[in-house]
Amino acid sequence: MIRFSHVHKTFARSGVALQDVSFQVNKGEFVFITGPSGAGKSTILKLCFFEERPTTGEVKVYGTSSAVHRAGDVPKLRRRLGIVFQDFRLLEDRNVESNVAFALEVTGTPSGQIQGRVARLLTQVGLSSKATALPRELSGGEQQRVAIARALANDPVALIADEPTGNLDERATRGIFQLFRDINANGTAVLMATHDLDLVRRSECRTIEVNRGQIVFDSAADGGLRPAAPGSDEELGA
Amino acid sequence: MRLAIREALLAFRRAPMLSSLSITTIAFSLFAFGLFGLVALNIRNALQQVEDRVEIRAFIADGSSAEATGAALGDISAFPEAASVKLVTQTQALDRARRELGEFSDVFEEGILPASIEVRLKPGFRDPATVRAVARRIEVYDFIDDIRFGEEWVEKLHRLRNIATLAGLCLGLTFAIVAVIIIGSTIRMAVLARSREIAIMRLVGATDGFIRAPFLIEGFLKGTLGGLLAVALAWTALQVINRFVVQATFFETWMVVSGVLAGAGLGLVGSALSVGRHLEKV
Repeated sequence: MIRFSHVHKTFARSGVALQDVSFQVNKGEFVFITGPSGAGKSTILKLCFFEERPTTGEVKVYGTSSAVHRAGDVPKLRRRLGIVFQDFRLLEDRNVESNVAFALEVTGTPSGQIQGRVARLLTQVGLSSKATALPRELSGGEQQRVAIARALANDPVALIADEPTGNLDERATRGIFQLFRDINANGTAVLMATHDLDLVRRSECRTIEVNRGQIVFDSAADGGLRPAAPGSDEELGA
Repeated sequence: MRLAIREALLAFRRAPMLSSLSITTIAFSLFAFGLFGLVALNIRNALQQVEDRVEIRAFIADGSSAEATGAALGDISAFPEAASVKLVTQTQALDRARRELGEFSDVFEEGILPASIEVRLKPGFRDPATVRAVARRIEVYDFIDDIRFGEEWVEKLHRLRNIATLAGLCLGLTFAIVAVIIIGSTIRMAVLARSREIAIMRLVGATDGFIRAPFLIEGFLKGTLGGLLAVALAWTALQVINRFVVQATFFETWMVVSGVLAGAGLGLVGSALSVGRHLEKV
């Protein structure tokens, strides 16, 4: 369902970001993308929701190919994905339920269905009591839960999360991660970039490690044997 | 569409300062243009009044036959340039002179002033070349003694009109360009202030058309309100001018409607360009 085939990505200013990256994420899978800062994790995720296009090679996500897609295909694809960021990206002037409802409104959900759906989503992420709070009145963990509820609004087939626990303390991190596990248990694939190696080790999920724009380890391909790549977090003792 | 209208109206409530600033900027840009328009309109009206007085006066020799004069009047009336043709008899010329120059009425004796044919020309035929050509065509009649049309005065008036038109066009264009630039920048600021919202809309799968719609409505509303405010300012300015400076005329209804529509159009086009450029970048 998400397939990278010999993907190269070069930016005009910062140079090579990815080199010959190939992997596949299957339906319902939970996959970590790890690696040091600047390794290319975020670029991989941006390619998944077509925020960036590969310089060469092909990215295919749920039938939409980077090689042949039309402009109108991108919004359709993004409605099938849920996207979560480290900095939450909430609308500060709208309360929790409006932030979640926003994702349904802009995708044309009939207004009669929005309220009930928002209430269910807030219950799912454990925030039903904070529906009318503004983002600035919430903790970091709670704000991330709002962002996850918004990402789940359109019943995505996959969640793409870029360092979703990067700004959170350990307790909030555990809560958010458990939420991702629960979502995954319901059949939604999760592709999460992180450099929280403790989280990765504890989870026993598939891990793809990126370094200097290349995949240096994929637990699915390498049978769980994990070499320490030169310059990686592990080698540096991070 | 309902959501787009709601979002556009909410934008006014969420950012009242920025919205007021946008409307005021649009209003003052259009007001500056409108003030210039008022000046241009009143200069044009004044010139028009002077121009309406352009006439050819052909003096008839004494003893000319009434039939010949009558036939000539018919011919001249058929000229495409002629607006009105009038025969002024010797008696009428004397009466008019006595009336207009009351103090010197005793100077004029019976028969001292010749009869004449007075020809007024239609608008668009009052330039020196046309006036001269029509005068020549009248001059060919045998009974015409002399012909006058204030050649030098007509030429000066024509030159003044050309200068006023050219200056009006240049200044008007400059004001319009400045207004478009200021309004465009204001709307761009409003779009940038909501760039985060646009980015989130894109992430959750909103189409570009959906993202544009509230901004277009917002731009249209701001432009219309700015246009109405500009009309109100121009009207107030005119009242002040009328009271303290000189009697001047206001725009005709169609001009007022055009001004408000221009504001709405500028708001709409400015928003479309600003959002379009922003969407290309993000």
